[in-house]
Amino acid sequence: MPTSSHDSCAHCGHHHELTVENLSVRYPEGLALDGISFATSCGSCVALIGPNGAGKSTLLKAIAGLQPIAAGKIFWRGTLVAKWSREIAYLPQRENVDWQFPITVRGVVSMGRYPQAGWWRPFSNSDADAIEHALAAMGLLDLQHRQISALSGGQQQRVFLARALAQEAHVLLLDEPFSGLDHPAKTALAQTLRDLTKEGRLVLAAHHDLDTVREIYDQALLLRRKCLAFGPVGDVFTGALLEQTFAQPSTAGKELA
Amino acid sequence: MILDWLTEPLQHPFNQRAILAALLIGLTNGYASAFVVLKKSALKVGSLSHALLPGIAVAVWVAGLHEWSAFLGALFAALFIGLGSLAVSRSSRLDQDSSLAILYTAAFSGGIILLRRLRVTQQIDEWLFGNIMGLRDGDLWTTFWISCAALSLLTALHRPLLMTLFDAEVAATLGVPVRALNYLLLAVLIVVLIASLQAVGCMLALGLLVTPAATIYLLTDSTNALFWGGSLLGGLASAAAVIIGWHLNLEQGPTIVLVLGSVFLVAFLFSPKYGLLKKPPDFHS
Repeated sequence: MPTSSHDSCAHCGHHHELTVENLSVRYPEGLALDGISFATSCGSCVALIGPNGAGKSTLLKAIAGLQPIAAGKIFWRGTLVAKWSREIAYLPQRENVDWQFPITVRGVVSMGRYPQAGWWRPFSNSDADAIEHALAAMGLLDLQHRQISALSGGQQQRVFLARALAQEAHVLLLDEPFSGLDHPAKTALAQTLRDLTKEGRLVLAAHHDLDTVREIYDQALLLRRKCLAFGPVGDVFTGALLEQTFAQPSTAGKELA
Repeated sequence: MILDWLTEPLQHPFNQRAILAALLIGLTNGYASAFVVLKKSALKVGSLSHALLPGIAVAVWVAGLHEWSAFLGALFAALFIGLGSLAVSRSSRLDQDSSLAILYTAAFSGGIILLRRLRVTQQIDEWLFGNIMGLRDGDLWTTFWISCAALSLLTALHRPLLMTLFDAEVAATLGVPVRALNYLLLAVLIVVLIASLQAVGCMLALGLLVTPAATIYLLTDSTNALFWGGSLLGGLASAAAVIIGWHLNLEQGPTIVLVLGSVFLVAFLFSPKYGLLKKPPDFHS
């Protein structure tokens, strides 16, 4: 592994593993995730692929510590992920966000410094630097005083990415980041995710546009309540496996949509 | 002339107390109203404000009427109804709003029947619509301490509270104790409601705890303006309403809510950015 340049890493050049072992999540309606196991590491861009109700969002939330786990374990850098970790950032679907909320771009990005700044302490110089860096990296400096509804979809997605950067997160969990974006915004976001991966971050994204998977991601996880396949996109993204994932009598989709 | 109109009521001590109390209560409610508006929980808070009345009735019945019995009774009733509705919704098919509606109307009815049969000096109207002119020094101090406590708690927890209201899941992934803060916020709102009973009563308390920030919400996108503008509007409008009420011989409680409602109407119609009569959007920009 070539040494990575991402400055948020305490041990640059190491392989930081995210390991999911036999993970199950149970909803009142039944099992949402059933014995998921996979391992990936810093510097990868992973697509979660599966039909609606396959458990993509649930898997992301479980890794983010938002979803109670019925069985199994999640390790990040060899440590059990118990509740939340500053190193893991979760980016919700854009449709689930209240864009009318009276907050500016900078306000959202500043939230990433909460783990450092705490309940009421004013932001320190290093907090301000991190916020400034994050805004600059996502090209949001000119927009930082805008209210968040006065942004395009692509810009809104970048605000969340900037918040994750301000948080100095290593792992970025994105729920359908490309949905609702126009074509130029999709291309730009794909490039941004590639850049973040190159810096040594680990990107995991729920993704539904099968045509673009090969351009964006290194690895893919085919999900339908169970992990049907995991590995490099070239190996996993095959007709037979995809057919199995999206096969019609979709009981998983009906039960848990 | 206008100065006389403003200062004349101040010559009477009961007016001084009433104006001071209106200022304090309006300020606190205005600040807290920003949370209610951002939380989009006005109806829930409204139900809880109605739940205060039966609590007061039971407390007066059991312990007689003094400052703290009414306060504690109201507090317990709100908690009981709030948690009770949660319990009913979790153990039946009903959602929480329906459960809350059933519990608070039933309790409110019981409270009305009980209060009519108790020999208390206060008229039932005063609990329902407030009687800020009947305020004593002790009441003013209670209001003062509640306002101080609520305002300092809400300002101290401003950052995590806002994160929770904006996106509870993201807040949780950043280590914000979301569930605890939600309970705390509700508890503070209940206490603020109780403090405003004297001014506007439990029927109108909701108006004071929603309208100020809702009005500012139509005028600005800034969070700080929402909170401090809301408290300023709440305080000034309430104090002005007491003076107007004194001059025109109107009941102060309803006047407070009516003045706030009028200011809201102006913002609703004429807000430069979000008003109904704003200039049509310019599609060329």
